[in-house]
Amino acid sequence: MTGGILIYAEVTKQSFVHTVFFELANKAHELSLKLNNAPVMAVLFTKPEMLTEYKEGFTYSGIDKFFVFEDEKFENYNTETYANLIVNLVKEVEPEIFLIGATNQGRDLAPRISSKLGTGLTADCIELDINEKGLLAATRPTFGGQLMATILCKTKPQMATVRPKVFKPAIDIIKKDTEFIYKQVNPEDFINNVQLIKFIKEYENNLNELDSAEIIIAGGKGMKGEEGFKLLKELADILGGTVGASRGAVDLGYAPHNIQIGQTGKTVTPKLYIACAISGAIQHTVGITASDYIICINNDPNAPIFDISDTGIVGDVFEVLPKLIEILKNSKD
Amino acid sequence: MKIALCVKQVPDTSDIKWTENNTLQREGVESILNPYDVYAAETALRLKKTYGGEITVFTMGPSQASNMLRDILALGVDNGVLITDKKFAGADTYATGKTISAAIKKVMPDFDIILCGQFAIDGDTAQTGPCIASLLNIPQVTYVKTIDEIKGNIINVTKQLDDGVEIIKVHTPALFCILKSEFEPSRALINGIIKAQNIQIKTVTLEDLGLSTDEVGIKGSPTYVSKAFRPEFKHLKEKHNCVETGTGAEIILNKIKEIGVYK
Repeated sequence: MTGGILIYAEVTKQSFVHTVFFELANKAHELSLKLNNAPVMAVLFTKPEMLTEYKEGFTYSGIDKFFVFEDEKFENYNTETYANLIVNLVKEVEPEIFLIGATNQGRDLAPRISSKLGTGLTADCIELDINEKGLLAATRPTFGGQLMATILCKTKPQMATVRPKVFKPAIDIIKKDTEFIYKQVNPEDFINNVQLIKFIKEYENNLNELDSAEIIIAGGKGMKGEEGFKLLKELADILGGTVGASRGAVDLGYAPHNIQIGQTGKTVTPKLYIACAISGAIQHTVGITASDYIICINNDPNAPIFDISDTGIVGDVFEVLPKLIEILKNSKD
Repeated sequence: MKIALCVKQVPDTSDIKWTENNTLQREGVESILNPYDVYAAETALRLKKTYGGEITVFTMGPSQASNMLRDILALGVDNGVLITDKKFAGADTYATGKTISAAIKKVMPDFDIILCGQFAIDGDTAQTGPCIASLLNIPQVTYVKTIDEIKGNIINVTKQLDDGVEIIKVHTPALFCILKSEFEPSRALINGIIKAQNIQIKTVTLEDLGLSTDEVGIKGSPTYVSKAFRPEFKHLKEKHNCVETGTGAEIILNKIKEIGVYK
């Protein structure tokens, strides 16, 4: 058996299948139609008792074959163990295309696998297509996001990672009689060079807030400091939204790493995105363009953020925001 | 403790401009040390201070990159290696990883740890570090916030995830990709700068590595760019200059109500 598209089904710390899997599955289905209905396959590492819980969701994801590695030790991700087992699976199945979510785990795992296989890997793609020669055309932002590059791969499998929320999960249900194939795991497959001692939770819901927020108030370097971000928080609280930040603001310590939006942060899709004193380097804007409506406030009328905004306000955030907060507060009373 | 530090010289991407023909203007764009690598270097220096040992900094690039190596040597790094050859040009992350891992094997086969920055601001793939680890068949930890303790061949590190941190125990030799952290990076002192002038930077070429021309540069790269273009996003619908009028807040308020996300 050769050919087809393989997807990595990442399981999160909370034992959920990561949403990016369903987004990749939907995209893989679309690509498969352009490849004479090539089979769509997936690979999963799981604790034994969990698979029954996952199964129904999988059946409606359009997966033809599901390769399952089952063991109690798969409670925690391990780079080397997972990479080696997947490398052997890829050699056996010989997929044309192999897609992995560009999550922390996926970005750790994918290059480990591609290097072992001696094949190419395109990171953080925002579009995948099949070209006229039947090859995977993977498009990604590069040069600080200021240039888009469509990348082809000479070797097989053609590997790519894709950021969560770049593709939509399946809307129409693609039901298939998924075949679950259990792969053997031997004691010597477990590599213990890296051991997790403990996990310390730092952010309770912050991560999900950016993922599910309908309104995001984001700040850039021009917010000048933590004080400026308090202003954003105040507005977000009134509007029932949450706060995000550009890399520039995070790098300067104005905001924590986990609310960074953009190419090296999160991709967001709120109904309303208000960019405050963000210049709009594409590094940042690639993470926000899927928002329904973008408003920006910037004192530089030539800032690139205006080019991607629906409504642009040329003005000082420290004048506009306090006034907006005041009006909103008064109208509430 | 023998530390191999991998760094990259990158164009200052915050400084990039477009020409009228929609191509990137590359002239006059300054080259800088990748900002994430600054923290990898700082981590190496702090480990050396606490545990002793030796740091060798590696970079792959054109001969001008030796100036950047000299700057890093001035911080207290012991040796510098410039991996340079015309045949290395056009390498993707796989070919780059292959070349750098071969150079480390050649120059510092007895390393204990390899430190890289988590990302480079130009390509931003975060792939070369794991690629080097994979090809050297050593463990890796990415998104490393801090290296906390070293006891013999066991290292404890803190890894930053979206919702928290992991405390991880690693057996050396191992590779770590370092995130930016809160500490202030060291600055070179006069003594260091003088000392760095007298360090011989070692040059490693294709011939030294025992790789074939098909394994490096553009030939050794499985991926290639078929098309590059300027991204297009939705365009400006309205731009209001409110510097004079002071009506920015009102315009935003009306928009918010119009969209219907807030009543």
